[in-house]
Parts: sequence; C-alpha cells; structure tokens
Amino acid sequence: MQALDELPDEALLDRLQRGAFSYLTEYANPANGLVCDTSRAASPCSIAVVGFALSSYPVAVERGWLSRADAASLTRKTLQFFWDSPQGEAPDATGFKGFYYHFLDMHTGQRVWQCELSLIDTALLIAGILTAGCYFDGAGPEADIRRLSDALYERVDWRWAQNGLDRVAQGWKPECGFLHYGWEGYNEATIVYVLGAGSPRHPLPCASFPAWTLPYQWENMLGHDVLYSGPLFTHLFSHAWIDYRGIRDAFMREKKSDYFANTQSAIAIHREYGARNPREYAGYGRDLWGITAGDGPGNKEMRQDSRDRRFFGYMSRGVPYGPDDGTIAPWAMLATLPFEPAAAMRGTRGLLRNYPQVCVKDRFSSGFNPTLGADKGGWLSDGWYGLDQGLLVMMIENYRTGLIWQITRECPFIRAGLIGAGFSGGWL
Amino acid sequence: MSMPDTESDFLRRVRPSDWKNPTPRNPYDLIIVGGGPAGLTAAELAARDGRRVALIERDRLGGNSLNSGSIPSKAIIQAARVLAFLRDEEDFGAAAFERPRIDFAAVMARMRRIRSRVAEYHSIDRLCAQGIDVFLCDARFDGPNTLSAGDSQLSFKKAIVATGARPERSDLPGLEQVGYLTSDTIFELTELPKRLGVIGGGPLGCELAQAFCRLGSQVTIVQNDPKFLPHEDRDAAELLSLSLSRDGVITRLNTAVVGAHSERGAKCLDTTSADVKLSIEVDEILLSIGRVPNVENMGLSAAGIEFDTARGIDVDEFLQTTNVDVYAAGDVCQSDQFTNVAESSARLAVHNAFGGRTERQGHWTIPWCTYCDPEIAHVGMHVREARQQSIPVKSFIVMLQDVDRAITDGLQDGFVKIHVREGTDQILGATIVATRAGELINEMSVIMSAGIGMRRLAGILHTYPAQSDAIRLAALAYLNDQPPA
Repeated sequence: MQALDELPDEALLDRLQRGAFSYLTEYANPANGLVCDTSRAASPCSIAVVGFALSSYPVAVERGWLSRADAASLTRKTLQFFWDSPQGEAPDATGFKGFYYHFLDMHTGQRVWQCELSLIDTALLIAGILTAGCYFDGAGPEADIRRLSDALYERVDWRWAQNGLDRVAQGWKPECGFLHYGWEGYNEATIVYVLGAGSPRHPLPCASFPAWTLPYQWENMLGHDVLYSGPLFTHLFSHAWIDYRGIRDAFMREKKSDYFANTQSAIAIHREYGARNPREYAGYGRDLWGITAGDGPGNKEMRQDSRDRRFFGYMSRGVPYGPDDGTIAPWAMLATLPFEPAAAMRGTRGLLRNYPQVCVKDRFSSGFNPTLGADKGGWLSDGWYGLDQGLLVMMIENYRTGLIWQITRECPFIRAGLIGAGFSGGWL
Repeated sequence: MSMPDTESDFLRRVRPSDWKNPTPRNPYDLIIVGGGPAGLTAAELAARDGRRVALIERDRLGGNSLNSGSIPSKAIIQAARVLAFLRDEEDFGAAAFERPRIDFAAVMARMRRIRSRVAEYHSIDRLCAQGIDVFLCDARFDGPNTLSAGDSQLSFKKAIVATGARPERSDLPGLEQVGYLTSDTIFELTELPKRLGVIGGGPLGCELAQAFCRLGSQVTIVQNDPKFLPHEDRDAAELLSLSLSRDGVITRLNTAVVGAHSERGAKCLDTTSADVKLSIEVDEILLSIGRVPNVENMGLSAAGIEFDTARGIDVDEFLQTTNVDVYAAGDVCQSDQFTNVAESSARLAVHNAFGGRTERQGHWTIPWCTYCDPEIAHVGMHVREARQQSIPVKSFIVMLQDVDRAITDGLQDGFVKIHVREGTDQILGATIVATRAGELINEMSVIMSAGIGMRRLAGILHTYPAQSDAIRLAALAYLNDQPPA
C-alpha cells in the first residue's frame, strides 16, 4: 500500500477518514451500538464516542462504506438500546433524567467505574442522535429512528441539571448528587446549552446561556483576537455538529466575530505558539502543533539540556498558558481541516513524513511526544481513542462536503436551540 | 529559660513586659482602638496634626501584618525561594553539588530578626515620642464618647475603631480536638512539620503550602473549589496549580474537609471529593479559610455602633459608623483586607473625622498580590466584573516566555494581562503573574491612578531588557490592534 504522505490530498483524506471510521465499527458492539472509549483491552463504552459514531454512519453511507440499510439498522439498534436501558437513581443504571453515564459496560450498558452522569457527554450523544434522526428520512426502521431520536431528546431534563442555578452542573452521581462545579466560560460545552435551549419539554431558561457566557474572556494574544480557551479540542467539538459560519450570539455580535472565525484564530495562536516554541520541545513548529486533551507519557521526568522536563498522563493541555509537556495530539491538525485547510494539510503531511509511527492502520494515535525518548522516535500513546477517530470522520466530511453541517442546519431542535440561545444571522 | 535577644527586642518594641499605661489626658481629640497598620497610621497622622491622641492595643502593636501576616510569611517565603533556586541552579550552568540541608530553626530565627527590625519603625518608644498615649490593654466603649482602657476611663471627641480581623475558626468535627495551626500560630513553630495539611486554597494557604513544601515538609492542600484563589483570574490560578504541583505540593481541588481525627499519633483530615472519601494523615494542620472582623467584647452597642459579626462594622462612604463621632478603618470594616487598604482607610478616617466628611472611599486603585512563586498580582477590575456591568472588555496578553529579560533570567512562567474598555484605550484592570508580580503591578497601579491609557503607555520607555517591558509590550499589542488611521 502506498505511503500516506505520498498520496494526493483527496486520496489521503479518503484513507484517513476511512481509517478513522473503521475504528467506530471495529470497536463497537453490533448488538447494542455501543462503541469503545479506546482500543485498549476491556475498554468500556464512552457515550460521547457513540454520539460521534451515530453522526459518522451517514458519512459512511454517502461514501459507500456502509449500506444505508445496515447503517439504519445499527442506528435504530443503538437508539433503541438507549431508550430501553434503565433510567433511575440506581448506581448501576444506564442513565437518569434522560442523561447518561459517561462510561458504560460494552455488553450490559450498565454504568462502570462509578463514573458521573455527564452533561457534556450526553450532549455529544444527543447531537449524534439528532443527526441520525434528521438524516434517516425514509420509512420502516428509518421512521423508528426519527421517533426514537425525538423521544430521547425530549426526555432529557436539562432544567433538572441546573440544580437551582442558571448554569448547568457538569455532572451528577447517585452517591453524592450534583458535582458542585458547572459549565461556565468558553470551552467544548456550547452544544450543551444549545441543545438545552432547544428542548421542547425541558428547555433551559433564557438566563442559562448568559450564565455560560459571563466568564468569557476576549483576549488579544500572540497577535490574534480570540475568545480564549486553551485546549484545541474545545474549539472543535461543538463545531463538529454546528455550522457557526455567519451566525452570532450576543457576545459574538459585540465582538463582530463568530465561533467559526474564533476557531480560526485559535488555530493561528496554536501555530504561532508552535513556531515560538517557548519551552523548546522537539518537533514543534508552525507546521507541527495541536496541543489539546489527550493521552500523555504519564508522570515521568527527564533531564535534558541542563533542565528538568516533567511529563503528564492523560490531561487537557493548552496554549499558551499550558500545561504543555511537549505532547501533541497527532489527529488535532487534521481535525481543523474545515477551518484552515492549508495549514491542516501541511501540518498533517509533515507529521506523516517525519513521524510516520503516529498513524497506524490509517488511524492517528491520541498522543505523541517527540521530546521524551527522542532516540527511540519519541513517546507514543498505545492504540486509539474513539473521540479522536469520530471527530476526524466528521471534520473531514465537513471539509469535503459539509454533510454534517447540512444535516444539522435542518434540525428544528438545533435551530430552536440556537435561536433560544440568542444566535441570529447567517443561515439562521 | 531566657528569651533570645531578638525576641526580647521585638517585645520591647511591640509590648514591653514592664509597660505601665499612662495617666489619661481626657478628653482626647482622637482615641484609636487597635494598634495594627490602620491604627498606627491614624495615630501618627493625627499626632502630626497636633491632636491629643490615645492608642489602645490589647495585644502586640503592629497587628496581623507584622506579627502573623505579611512580614513573617514573606520572610519564610523568601527563604523557601532561595532554597528552590538552589534546587534549579544546575539549569544555569552550576556544577552539580550536594543540596543544602534545611535548618528550620535558622529560617525561623531569620524571620524573627526581620520582624523585630520592622517593628522598630512603629515601636512603642517612637509612638510615645510623638506624644501618643499608648494603652496596652482591653478597650470597651461604655457610652457614645467614653470608653474604658483597662483600669482607666477615657473620653474622646472622635474615635477610630481599627481592631482588624482574625483567622476564622471552624466547627469541623474533631478539628478542635486534634489541634490545628492558623496564621496566628504557625510562625511560632520550632520544628518543621514532616507532613503539613493545609485547609483552604486562598492566598495564605497557597503561599504557606508552597513555602513549607520547599522547606521540606510533605504538604497536602485541600480546596473545596475547582481552582485555587477563586477570586483571581482563571489562567493565573491554573498556573499556580501547576506551580504548586511542580514543587511537590499534593493538591486536592474540589475536595471538602468534613472532619478530623487522631490515629497512631498522627492527625487525619477526613475529606470527600464527590463520592470519593480519603483520609489524609499529617503531623500539623494549617487552617486557612478566611478572616473574621474583631467586633466582639468591645461594647460597640453601648456606643451606638452597629456591626455584623461576619461583615464587620457598618460604615458609610466616609468610613463614619452609626455613631457620628466614631469612624472605623482597616479589616474591621473593609472587604479588601490588605495592609495598603488598612493604611489608606485610616488616613481617610482621620481626614473625615476632623475635616468634615469630604473624602469618600470607593475610588481607590487597590493593587494586591499573592506571594506564591510565581506571584499573582492584580489591580482594578477583573473581566467578570466588567462583563457583569455590561462593559465591553478586551484583554491584551503578553506571555513572559516572549519577554527577553524573562528568557535570560529563566523566569518564564507567567504573563501580563491588561483589561481595556473596548473601543477606548482606558485601562480597567490588570493581572500579572511573574516571580516579582507584586513589584510589577505597582507600575499598573500608577498608570491607572494617573489615568494613562494604552496609547500613552505604549510610548513610555522602559529599561531594556526588563520584565516590566511586558507591560509596554501589552500596550504595543493594543496599538498594533488598532485599525490604520
């Protein structure tokens, strides 16, 4: 098979997109549609990865990787599982109040690891469910998908998740109730508030979105204006579903920007940071960047060039405030394709050329640190993470055809949510 | 046992053991209750104006700042910094050498010497030389213009209450039984605790957690919030978190202490984080959860002075209490409990007491600093406050890692962040994180007090290379951001 970096752009994207998609079927349980968080042994399901998978099946149908009937069948099975699975306060339930636990047993769907009922991960799951509900517009099982999609969305009690405040909590546990911190300030959770605002049965009140935006920080750094959030993925997750081009909420109207342009600014800052490389990590440059949440080397230390280097495990890394331990997410540059195609392709090609080990079976690993163990090619995360693969399938498609964005633009709930959150203009 | 010279010198300056209160010279023009930074400032100012002044202090002169706050903590922090610097010395080309052994007794002795030396500037002898009658005893109002000071009965035309604040206690089950330290007692330690548990991630908790860790304690800090310094800039607090971890402090955020108990001779903090319960074994506990005003047992009600045990004495914008002849100053009535605010409020109280209520509080530019490494300093508004008031705000950031002098010094952790009212060049506030942010922030304070905007600031020459050049670079970023004329 031809080396990836020798392929022309379209062929390269096809290989990488299909490679990413293959994770979502290879590491899925076909009986219930649950998808593994990672490729590692005994990994549980991450409900967010299921959300990405549900959004990726239409891509696979359009690209001929999956028949429409198979995709519909798998989607219906997944939605039916979530509809039928136990909801309640029992510690091993699958969800509560329409929300779902972050991690589930791949076979039984029961909560594992005593994890939290997760607002953000439920939102990503629901976004995938709504995408499926809009895409499958036929009869038979496709009608079931639409019915289940509406029902699952309507069941989510967003108002309960406020716990008496304007903002929503980050999560809840049967053992201790609500986690005492909420989603506030800019990050990946915009979609939580958009979906919450659009709910026909339990809509978040008008005060919620302003509570989310109150701690926003509009900053000029490294030569660019940006609504700041350090990790790159926070500028991508909500955007995978929502086409923010030209639509603005009150904050973006004030700043004469939008969340699409903001992601472009964030990319520019990440590239500039890579070029400056203040901590002098190996590999960093204007065409090698992508500091975000992901796997890392773990608690290791090394002495290099008369200084101590300290490394971290899985964590959310950010630019320019840090933390930064020289670890990049190899998938991150490619995931910015719809926003800065030239930079994304140049960076990805450089990565594949200089560090081909980061892409095995056409799938990018979660983390790579060329500084640690540089004589052995650097540190590389084992296997793959489902979130990375799902995001890549969607973002590559949004760049190639805009399919996901087209689907969600027609979703009445997402439209209502955006309007409810104060967005206007553009395609709205 | 004889007391070391340093300590007896210190006590001679702040509370001589053989002190005899003077014979009252009633009526006094001004009586000040409390001999901390606010009380000392007020007494010296009024005496300089020729007033007949009495100052009453129930404990030691100098207040929290001198005895158990700014001065002792900074002395210890500096010792810890030097040791941390030695730890990193190889980074600057020094050949590897054996790490110095920590002599905790020497660290504390140095702190006491410094405290004694600083005490001299407002010593009891100096106060007396200025004509101030100093009473070292309890004070208790017994009427609108009278109070008792020990056995003496005093009367006044005007009075200022400046009794300060004290560390807040806690009713956590078991804590009193196992025993704990506060800022009032930690500086009396004679041995470095092998393991120190810090309850509370505010300024003092973070400062001492880092300092004691650097001195060699195994420190665990527990904070019932998602971040340290909850009132500070989010990015500053996250940098602090990283810095504490890098030093080896065990940080427990989103964690509540629910109780304490003794086990095998150790003190155990019982904590919960969501549903995770953990017992942290330590040798000493530092409780640092805030401060409460000293308003009790002074007969404030007898003088018609209204107060609240949590909020302190009620004052109007002129710092006048509900007794027209009594003013208040410092931590006992201010939400910003800083020494600089205490001294400013004292000056204002004296002025208004004798000058006819002409100066209002509320328009001060107040810089403050948390003295961790790096330091976190702030002045003016935070972004959140501006946005709450619907003020469009934009921040201009310069990372120290992009400032030449910070690079040459190997002190790259931090940033300068200047908040500007969008559409103008008016500076609303600034946050600085840097090794000496407490010094750098004063430039911002002067700039803001002088009404200098970003345009003028960009043109003000700074020495090169200098870390303070980051301030000019932020202003330059503002200029570069403006549309061409």
